[in-house]
Amino acid sequence: MPDLGFDIAHMLAGSLVLVSLMMLYQDRLPALINVFAVHAMLLAGSVAWQAYVQDEPQLYITSAIALGFKGVMIPMALRRIIFRLGIHREIEPVVSTGLTMLAGMALVALAMVVMLRATPEATPLAREDLAFALSVLLLGLLMMVSRRNAVGQVVGFMSLENGLILAATGARGMPLVVEISVAFSILIAFIVIGIFLFRIRERFDTVDVQVLDQFRGERP
Amino acid sequence: MTPVDFSLLCNAALLLLAPVAVAIAAARPAAWRAIYLVSLVLTFTMAGSSIAFALSGAPASSEIFPLGIPWIGAHFREDMLSAVFLAVVNLGAAGASFYAIGYGKHEAAPGRVLPFYPLFIAAMNLVILSDDAFSFLLSWEFMSLTSWALVMAHHRSETNRHAGYVYIVMASFGTLALLLAFGLLAGPEGNYAFETMRGTAPAAAIGWLVLLLVLLGAGSKAGIVPLHVWLPLAHPAAPSHVSALMSGVMTKVAIYAVIRIIFDLAGAPEWWHGMVVLVLGGITAAIGVLHALMEHDLKRLLAYHTIENIGIIFIGLGLAMAFQANGMGAAAALSLTAALFHVFNHSLFKSLLFFGSGAVLNATGERDMEHLGGLIHRMPQTAFAFLIGCAAISALPPLNGFVSEWMTFQAILLSPSLPQWGLRLAVPATGALLALSAALAAACFVKAFGVSFLGRARSPAAARANETDIWSRTAMLIWAGLCLLFGLFPALAIDALGPAVQSLLNSRLPAQAEIPWFLLVPIAGSRSSYDGLLVFMFITASVLLSVAVIHLLASRAVRRGPIWDCGFPNPTPLAQYSAGSFAQPIRRVFGTLVFRAREKVAMPPPGDMAPAHFDVDIHDLAWEKIYVPVAAGIEFTAGRLNGLQFLTIRRYLTLVFLALVALLLVLAIWT
Amino acid sequence: MDLIVDYSLQGVQMLLVVTAAPALTGLVRKVKARLMRRAGPPILQPYRDLARLMRKEAVIAANASWLFRAVPYLVFAATWVAAALVPTFATGLPFSWTADLIAIIALLGSARFLLALAGMDVGTSFGGIGSSREMLIASLAEPAMMMIIFVLALIAGSTQLSTIAEFMLSTEAGLRVSLGLALVALIMVAIAENARIPVDNPATHLELTMVHEAMVLEYSGRHLGLIELSASLKLLLYVSLIACVFAPWGLAPMQSGLLSWLIGIGTWLLKLAVAAFALALFETSIAKMRVFRVPEFLGAAFMLGLLGALLEFVLAGF
Repeated sequence: MPDLGFDIAHMLAGSLVLVSLMMLYQDRLPALINVFAVHAMLLAGSVAWQAYVQDEPQLYITSAIALGFKGVMIPMALRRIIFRLGIHREIEPVVSTGLTMLAGMALVALAMVVMLRATPEATPLAREDLAFALSVLLLGLLMMVSRRNAVGQVVGFMSLENGLILAATGARGMPLVVEISVAFSILIAFIVIGIFLFRIRERFDTVDVQVLDQFRGERP
Repeated sequence: MTPVDFSLLCNAALLLLAPVAVAIAAARPAAWRAIYLVSLVLTFTMAGSSIAFALSGAPASSEIFPLGIPWIGAHFREDMLSAVFLAVVNLGAAGASFYAIGYGKHEAAPGRVLPFYPLFIAAMNLVILSDDAFSFLLSWEFMSLTSWALVMAHHRSETNRHAGYVYIVMASFGTLALLLAFGLLAGPEGNYAFETMRGTAPAAAIGWLVLLLVLLGAGSKAGIVPLHVWLPLAHPAAPSHVSALMSGVMTKVAIYAVIRIIFDLAGAPEWWHGMVVLVLGGITAAIGVLHALMEHDLKRLLAYHTIENIGIIFIGLGLAMAFQANGMGAAAALSLTAALFHVFNHSLFKSLLFFGSGAVLNATGERDMEHLGGLIHRMPQTAFAFLIGCAAISALPPLNGFVSEWMTFQAILLSPSLPQWGLRLAVPATGALLALSAALAAACFVKAFGVSFLGRARSPAAARANETDIWSRTAMLIWAGLCLLFGLFPALAIDALGPAVQSLLNSRLPAQAEIPWFLLVPIAGSRSSYDGLLVFMFITASVLLSVAVIHLLASRAVRRGPIWDCGFPNPTPLAQYSAGSFAQPIRRVFGTLVFRAREKVAMPPPGDMAPAHFDVDIHDLAWEKIYVPVAAGIEFTAGRLNGLQFLTIRRYLTLVFLALVALLLVLAIWT
Repeated sequence: MDLIVDYSLQGVQMLLVVTAAPALTGLVRKVKARLMRRAGPPILQPYRDLARLMRKEAVIAANASWLFRAVPYLVFAATWVAAALVPTFATGLPFSWTADLIAIIALLGSARFLLALAGMDVGTSFGGIGSSREMLIASLAEPAMMMIIFVLALIAGSTQLSTIAEFMLSTEAGLRVSLGLALVALIMVAIAENARIPVDNPATHLELTMVHEAMVLEYSGRHLGLIELSASLKLLLYVSLIACVFAPWGLAPMQSGLLSWLIGIGTWLLKLAVAAFALALFETSIAKMRVFRVPEFLGAAFMLGLLGALLEFVLAGF
């Protein structure tokens, strides 16, 4: 059923982009984390579908990792952090939701154009997949840029990484080892960032990175 | 053992000499002589073997080592052209080592000179032996760095530090340009071995870019105007035997790079490439010598003269390119031979002159000519050798400098048969510039020798000077002898250059050694010929004849008396013509235009006993109009970019993000 | 046999130039004096001066070096050799291939280099001023000379004086504007090189504008004699040069007989006399210019040479 396979993959990847856009306009942290969890689960589904379509069993492991780490563990951990830090009720000042969304749409369009022009000889499935993956990646980066809160930036980073995995699985052939190491590096990055969040908080009573800037010693 | 293996072995030994030198400098400072002695032996054998190889005309020998970048390896090759330049480099290095066996005694900080000295020589050799872009650039950079370390040997002086700074900036810039040139030559396939570059001719636009980059890269090392600014600062800052190496030899390595890339790797040159090189050469020659005339620091004067001679060599190269592009093989061969012969000659007399200036520096502690004078009485042998060097660099017959300039003139006189209008106008103009710079060089060396060695001592240090040590003197006298030898028997060198020229241009000068009386006939006997040996013999015979006739038939009585000077009694030595006053007429004629020279005279009113003041204001326009604005621009941009170091994390991310988006946009638009 | 004739011809030429040179100077002086309505010294006076100078002892400054004493001989030898290489009465002498025009000019440059050094040897301000200005004039004259050589090489296809003279004698040369320009330029260069009015004044000693005489101020006795003889030789050289390039009539070709050689000598002496008259006339009718106008004078010579070269390109129809 190549048509069905294509459609479902298309749908999953498309929803991933949609969820990325959703993340952009979440201004409360717990909601953002919830949306991120959905994002990761969708990724897991997408990867699992790819595993089924491409008949590559090791992709199931990737999918499981995505589901386990990113869909469940990391969101839970993040929730704990924000509750412990007491910032779960803070309304995060986003640059401007409307503007961010516009920029996000433009990025998606750009990603489509680039991918469709750059990879004319790839299969349609891979092309669409790559285009969506690039959109997710760019949206993740946009999110990192547009958030002032460190937690928001972490989430942006994670969604960016989701985009990478989407691209890799769509392009048939990222070895399992690489995937596992990427997953672990993400985990470690997460742990490190988590610890830093507490340290920052201890020191400065905030996790707003804008405020940190005032404490830098080297500014002339 | 193939020649290339032999040369590499000698260079490996030179490289190994450096740690030994470090050990010696630390443990037994008295044993420094050994370093120079070993360098002398090694360079001399290398010079001998490469001369033998150049004369044999044997095919090139090459060697590949699995070093460096994995898929390239390190290629080394010794062909006719490399052999010629190896001979120049190693002969120069042998001379410098010989001289340093005596001169090194005066070195205040031998630990800062000894380890880098053999490394520097080895680096120059390796540049010439390299046969792929990677080894070439690595050796080139190594050469720059070791010479920089030698320039900074006396780092306590502020001027030396400044010289080192300017040098390292220019050297890095030059390497960058060469890197890009090789990148263009290698093409998208990345053919970094010279062997493959030789096989592929670049497109016309690429050829033009390569020429530009080579002129920027190798030209800055050679010192063509306006990339010359570092040279008169850096060359004199080093110890004198290293100055001799830098001026006499390292600039030749840069010439080698130009010849290797333009004639060997970049395919057939276009005629207007030749014109660019030619005009640059002419301008370089004239500007270099005018700068030298304005200078009264002996070593800086010599360094500026290096620029002039580089200009003369570039004139020869430009002519060769122009003739070759028009299929005039014989004329191209004449021009290239003239350029190569001048390369050799300049390495001889420039080394000699730097040796002499080093001897003066040691004897008096002065580089400023205004504090010298009368040294011909105190240092007669140094003075004699220096005089020969002055005459040779001023292109006076019957010495060697004249022969190569004469050949360049002969090549210039062949230009009317060129088909392009631009060349036909540019070549005579360059010829006039060449004649101008030759005449000005003579004026400059009358000044240099006349003020430093003749007249009366202008300072107590000059009055107390003593003749330098036996090693230095011997080195200078041998090099003076070589200048004369190749002036009288230029055919020896010209025939040895034949195979190299043949390999590059597919034509060469007819063998000169078979012509009786060592006559030099570059094209045809009816066109032009010159015989240094006969001129020398005639002059010697005439001198002997006139001496004999006058002393036998007329008078031989001599009476010593006070200086006449039209009846002014006992003038003080300070009333002598100084270097500044000697150059004054030339400064008035050329300097107002070229240097915006202004004279300021502050004369006290009559009756006032205050001293009068005379100041000359000289500007290096290349420095002021090019380097200062560029530096100011960089400073301004850097100041603006400095803010980038103090952004928030989010702003950094924004930068990354924007860069990514911009790249994607580029991709979207251009693919 | 031919060889002996050839070599003796070369010998004759060497003797001829060195014996004729003082007479040329004497003739110029005589004509100048007559033009100024003075009686003037006899034409042979320079010989007497030389003989007197040679016999006198040389007075040398106490601090003069060996270079000071060697220079007069070297200068004389270099000038003599150069003068002997310019065809005077015959072309194709056996040693005329030793040096072409560029080498001859460079040989004079060697002489000038040494003389300028000697001017600085004793360490006086007069010697320095002379050397400095002499080198300035030389540096301006050489590019002009190079342009003249360029024109000649363009027309005759050679820098070898014998070949140029033979070409000029042949009908191919014809009358050309560029040759005329080159002739004027060469005369101007010759005037400057020989320290004649209006560039320098050979008759004066105490004037701040003097060049050549200031340089040799410290010389006396036989040294001065040699230098004066060299100066005469140099004048003769330039006159012979102009004559052999622009008025080669009467020059004996290679391998000719005694008669044509004698004719050659006769016409050459005639040419010298004409040149001496012309020079004297020119010198009496013009005033000396200040030193810093010399660049304009020689710049004009350079421009004329350049113009000649350009015209030759145009006429050659490229």
